[in-house]
Amino acid sequence: MEGLLLSLFTFHFSLFMVPFSEEKLAKVQEIIARYPEGKQKSALLPVLHLAQEVHGWLSAETMDYVASLLQLEPIEVYEVATFYSMYNLKPVGKYLFEVCQTGPCMINGSDDIVDYIKQRLGIGVGETTPDGLFTLKTVECLGACGYAPMMQLGKHYKEHLTREKVDQIIEECRKTAGQLN
Amino acid sequence: MSEEKKLFKVTIDNITVEVEPGTTILNAARQIGGEVTPPAMCYYSKLKNSGGKCRTCLVEVAAGSTADPRPMPKLVASCRTTVMDGMIVKNITSERVLDARAGVVEFLLLNHPLDCPICDQAGECHLQDLSYEHGKEGTRYEFNRRTFKKHDLGEYIQLHMTRCILCYRCVFVADQLTNKRAHGILDRGDHAEIATYIEKSLDNDFIGNVIDVCPVGALTDKTFRFKNRVWFTKPVDAHRDCSKCCGEVQLWMRGDEVFRVTARKDEWGEVKDSTKGGPGWICNECRFEKKDAKDWTIEGPTQVSRHSVISQGHYVNVVKPKETLPDVMGGRGPKLLMNIHNVSEVNSPEIELSKIAGPAHSDDFKNSLDNGK
Amino acid sequence: MGVKLLLEKAHVEGIRSYEVYRREGGYRAVEKALKTMSPDAVTEEVKKSGLRGRGGAGFPSGMKWSFLAKPEGVPRHLVCNADESEPGTFKDRYLMEFLPHLLIEGLIVSSFALGSNATYIYIRGEYAWIPDILEQAIAEAKANGWLGKNILGSGFDCEIYVQRGAGAYICGEETALIESLEGKRGNPRIKPPFPAVKGVWDRPTVVNNVETLAAVVPIINMGGEEYAKIGVGRSTGTKLISACGNINKPGVYEIDMTISVEEFIYSDEYCGGIKNGKRLKACIPGGSSVPILPANLLLKTAKGETRYMNYESLSDGGFATGSMMGSGGFIVLDEDQCIVKNTYTLARFYRHESCGQCSPCREGTGWMEKILKNIDMGKGKMSDIDLLWDIQRKIEGNTICPLGDAAAWPVAAAIRHFRDEFEWHVKNPQECLTRNYGLANYADPLVIPA
Ligand SMILES: Cc1cc2nc3c(=O)[nH]c(=O)nc-3n(C[C@H](O)[C@H](O)[C@H](O)COP(=O)(O)O)c2cc1C
Ligand code: SF4
Ligand code: SF4
Ligand code: FES
Ligand code: FES
Repeated sequence: MEGLLLSLFTFHFSLFMVPFSEEKLAKVQEIIARYPEGKQKSALLPVLHLAQEVHGWLSAETMDYVASLLQLEPIEVYEVATFYSMYNLKPVGKYLFEVCQTGPCMINGSDDIVDYIKQRLGIGVGETTPDGLFTLKTVECLGACGYAPMMQLGKHYKEHLTREKVDQIIEECRKTAGQLN
Repeated sequence: MSEEKKLFKVTIDNITVEVEPGTTILNAARQIGGEVTPPAMCYYSKLKNSGGKCRTCLVEVAAGSTADPRPMPKLVASCRTTVMDGMIVKNITSERVLDARAGVVEFLLLNHPLDCPICDQAGECHLQDLSYEHGKEGTRYEFNRRTFKKHDLGEYIQLHMTRCILCYRCVFVADQLTNKRAHGILDRGDHAEIATYIEKSLDNDFIGNVIDVCPVGALTDKTFRFKNRVWFTKPVDAHRDCSKCCGEVQLWMRGDEVFRVTARKDEWGEVKDSTKGGPGWICNECRFEKKDAKDWTIEGPTQVSRHSVISQGHYVNVVKPKETLPDVMGGRGPKLLMNIHNVSEVNSPEIELSKIAGPAHSDDFKNSLDNGK
Repeated sequence: MGVKLLLEKAHVEGIRSYEVYRREGGYRAVEKALKTMSPDAVTEEVKKSGLRGRGGAGFPSGMKWSFLAKPEGVPRHLVCNADESEPGTFKDRYLMEFLPHLLIEGLIVSSFALGSNATYIYIRGEYAWIPDILEQAIAEAKANGWLGKNILGSGFDCEIYVQRGAGAYICGEETALIESLEGKRGNPRIKPPFPAVKGVWDRPTVVNNVETLAAVVPIINMGGEEYAKIGVGRSTGTKLISACGNINKPGVYEIDMTISVEEFIYSDEYCGGIKNGKRLKACIPGGSSVPILPANLLLKTAKGETRYMNYESLSDGGFATGSMMGSGGFIVLDEDQCIVKNTYTLARFYRHESCGQCSPCREGTGWMEKILKNIDMGKGKMSDIDLLWDIQRKIEGNTICPLGDAAAWPVAAAIRHFRDEFEWHVKNPQECLTRNYGLANYADPLVIPA
């Protein structure tokens, strides 16, 4: 516990790092309590998910903060964060389109969906629109092969994609973004 | 009441040896020595949990034990498989093993820059030895090799990630010898790399040992870099009184000058046990900061395994490894992948190494020689 | 209609909620097990049922449970493998999404049998909305006394936690999953020791698939012997198949393992035939890592016998002319599909998902992907085909975990059965960019074109 407080005090907060809210800190404690005493490292994946909710990506500062929360060496967090494909280590757009392109989706026309999104948004795979709204990524099978082609958008899946459906999704995203601002 | 421990009999390539229960096949083979010992690129007897990853040490188990003499269907990693009483193992007498091993060597070299002419490790590189002995001639890989950004690991240690074979040994060193690990394996699959993520220098007192365990030239001593080809220096055993480590080292000298300090190595290329007991890891001070012959009490020339290219020089105390090859292979010799001597003339002092962009290949050297200065 | 043991109630309105699930007979298995049976008796029923692991390897579950080490004073854990990432597989998702209480019920009974007081569901990170559904179900179960301390007065305590992964197929491999649950990179462990002796936090651990654990519910309700009467041979009970590709009715189906592959593809009860009236070209019957079969070998074995949807029949003929049940991911390819392209996307998948620990898989998967991409783009050479064969051969069996094999098999099978198509690509570098090779001589023997 002492080490924990110490690391929190000596920590330098920066622009890309917001410390967790009370509520999030309570959640972290709740997660740690799921594992045996001293095995708080097990909380690393869930806590990184919580951290990513804040900015949509994980900066080095954020990862260092997570390390201090769980009493880990920063490298242990970097090793894990870079291993899993869902952690974004660079900023991404507000809406992240992750289009599946593996076999079952490919044979149902995912290539065409990717091309269409590229054309609609004027960006390539791995790029973000200048307004910071959309990022396009291609991913491997997401377990929705029967509902192909598909993509992940935030917490949910968009399935049975067609060009029209893509238009609709982009429209909705623009609308919600407009309302939020 | 100490009951006499029953030893296990294991036969490797027709040579039988008795070992303690719990011994791995690899260590049993090391007791026999010579060519029946599988090559090991990731296992390191002094590092807990090491091994199992590179797959160069795969062997065939022709009979599991006397009690259950069935063969094992798959080749097994000899460094992580313990022997059973009556086990029969085939290493170089198994076509399957030789074939798989040639495959592993090809995989390991796939993305390796083969920049041996400018690599500090040349001459004491385990990958070079491995490809000499177990590889096929040439690679069938026709794509660009993977490259990485260069990482600086502080003032002492240079990381050349392109040469790394991801044996994880240096990670185990940091975990097991230092109290704070600052480098590790980032990313995954064929993008995995040794790094610190954000620039950090590795400066723990014992971190220098990563250089000694690295089987290739990925982690090298910056205080030595490019000063000299290793085979032009002469290793001597020396010691000093050190408050941090055993102080027992090898000095790599030319004349009276100390070019490099390393731990002492055994015939498997591992850090030897110190005379005070326990592995003879050395501290950073001994390794990087004591470059004056006066700092040391010199004991005499190091015994160099004949296996090493270093011994091609002019050493007296060469240890001849046991010649088991003719016994077990019916006269068949090891295959040659790449002969370092064919390219070693490029190591002439007039080449400005820093002028070569990126990792250099022997061709670069030919060109720069032809273009003539 | 075949027997339905798992999905029988899937379409009951509100079955996701505790009240409806309970009203429909839910949690009877917990009552029966905890009130009238000993943990060993539960394991015994599972053994009798002949249930085989539904995660892919098909290992007998009762036997696996009986291997669990039980050292005095060391906690044991059950971990539910909900990582479901094998291309073509989406059955566990269906179970969790629509019948969360069935899984929770299965987990309670299984935890009781194994003595796990803390049980974890490790779910792939991308299924981001499902943990909410499961946690809701867990909370309801707990509120109704099915979880927590001294359940039903049996003295057995149990908590269930949901842990999200974060995008890594390899975490479906049980030791990688354990590493990930410990907050580490998903590097599979070198075995032995096996999880049954040293699993999560070095404690004895059983890892089972979602469907396997759900099947424990009907097994306890009807008794192992009754369960074993369903199906055929060593393929007992029912199996969920997730069907996708070029079929009329993609989705998740529960089959008893006596129906033929032909019936599964063409009957209206299941896939409903090939989409747009096309012809069947090939099928990967058990998830992307199992060998692809051309239509003629899919519907009939090499001996000319009908092929059935069960473990034995799907693997009839070995890898030379058969395939595997695998995870039940059934991928159907019609006459318009390109085998080279399909194989390339799968190779890309395995390269992307290799953890990178061992050299044959780390280097070999990337190499195969690059060569396949070249052939697909009309830049291949004849020698590339043999090279591919040689690379996959040198990966298979030489790696730490079976991902290496999983990456090698699809390439091997594609070349084994469709070599002419690979060669056609090489010989027609321009044409292969604009049209597909078509059916050639492995056309669906059932549908004779007019
Ligand atoms: C690369 C790889 C991926 C796997 N993915 C899964 C998976 O997503 N879900 C699963 O249940 N089993 C998966 N398995 C199988 C598990 O290792 C393990 O055998 C299974 O969870 C055991 O459960 P069962 O006996 O109930 O099938 C995978 C295996 C490998 C080698
Ligand atoms: S840097 Fe050297 S010791 Fe470290 S993993 Fe790479 S090859 Fe092994
Ligand atoms: S086979 Fe592939 S996934 Fe499995 S341990 Fe080796 S590198 Fe990792
Ligand atoms: S292939 Fe796209 S979801 Fe499975
Ligand atoms: S030395 Fe055994 S696998 Fe590397």
